[in-house]
Amino acid sequence: MSYRWDWSVLVSEPYLGWLLAGLGWTLLVAGAAWVLALAVGVTVGVLRTLPNRAARTLGTAYVETFRNIPLLLQLFVWYFVLPELLPAPIGNWIKRELPLPEYWTAVIGLGLFTAARVAEQTRAGIQAIGRGQTLAAAASGLTLAQSYRYILLPIAARNVLPPLTSEFLNVVKNSSLALTIGLLELTGQSRQIESATFHGIEAFTAATLTYVVLTTAVILVLRAVERLVAIPGLMARA
Amino acid sequence: MSDFDPDLLKAVAPFLWDGLLTSFGLLLLAMAGGGLLGSLLAVMRIAGPRPIAALAAGYVNGLRSVPLIMVIFWFYLLVPLVIGRAIGAFTSALVAFVIFEAAYYAEIIRAGIQSVPKQQLAAALASGLGPLQAYRFVILPQAVRKMLPILLSQSIALFQDTSLVYVVGLHDFMTAVSVTANREGHLVEFYLFAVAIYFTLCFAASQSVQLLNRQSVSP
Repeated sequence: MSYRWDWSVLVSEPYLGWLLAGLGWTLLVAGAAWVLALAVGVTVGVLRTLPNRAARTLGTAYVETFRNIPLLLQLFVWYFVLPELLPAPIGNWIKRELPLPEYWTAVIGLGLFTAARVAEQTRAGIQAIGRGQTLAAAASGLTLAQSYRYILLPIAARNVLPPLTSEFLNVVKNSSLALTIGLLELTGQSRQIESATFHGIEAFTAATLTYVVLTTAVILVLRAVERLVAIPGLMARA
Repeated sequence: MSDFDPDLLKAVAPFLWDGLLTSFGLLLLAMAGGGLLGSLLAVMRIAGPRPIAALAAGYVNGLRSVPLIMVIFWFYLLVPLVIGRAIGAFTSALVAFVIFEAAYYAEIIRAGIQSVPKQQLAAALASGLGPLQAYRFVILPQAVRKMLPILLSQSIALFQDTSLVYVVGLHDFMTAVSVTANREGHLVEFYLFAVAIYFTLCFAASQSVQLLNRQSVSP
């Protein structure tokens, strides 16, 4: 193996700046996509548990659609196909005037893809509560909306914290796909440094370690949240 | 969109078909390799002495905290360096998938085995079975029933993930579609065609897994 090591490339300009910019984009894409994924995902997940049949079908259709198409292809559809299919004025606005098109495409694509997974966790979290709570809520005079607001969702939110932690980690990792539409997040930047300097091992090591630190930090923070909001006596968690 | 000639699809069909075969080849080989390595890791974590178990745990947790694209780039760069000559993108991508998927399969297999109550093992041993027999006839049949649907779902996700070889230019189905779409100047039609193919395959597969899941639920 003939390889010329030079770790100093990582702290020399402009490459250090590239890595930091990449980390910044990773956080911005993952953060915004996560907000979108939670909002859409919880809504779709609740739809799938409602008594109304049409609502459940709509929720199922959403989940099946977004779960059965590769994320990479979904990004390409949002980026290359959608502007062509929309009415010309809107399509042209997206193509010519939307600021940061790669960023917003990545956020929407990743967010709506992840929403399908969040929806499944939300549904499972609500269904795990059992019918007793729902019936008791109805018997005590709560409307359907109130029983979700005051009984089901507060319990479900705690049920789904652990699976949502791993979905959030997936968002951080999947944000790397944004490089395929030209957004140079952390992985993309390390690839750039490799092309520019031929010091791929150093660049990939830096990016990989950054991901490990990032995911470890997320796990620690969310475990602390789990402990903080645990309902005493309801769930046996240390 | 209106000037799309259906004959074009016929002309490029062999190229796309080759891409699809590459995707399936990657899927099957990565399932086999990842499954074998994953089983080994699961056994190391459950039954291995402390340092071995820690090693397997480190492997699983490390791989699971890194994006798949990063792993694909790593092996695309590393494999030729280590063996000293250029190899095709297929081999380096396959190595990346086996190494990566093994971490996910290992966790599913471990969870499946650990979901069997401990008393089952104790009862099997008490009834005179040896440890290997206990696993072979008592633990594994129950564990496999629990983990099979999850293993299959993971494999559907793996099939979708094979599209990521796009980043190293390997001509799987996704890349073949993208190359054709750009060459012919029909992005909309070709990407929607790819959506139809991927959706049909993955939807059919996931519905079959759900069916299997309902059948295998213990009464």
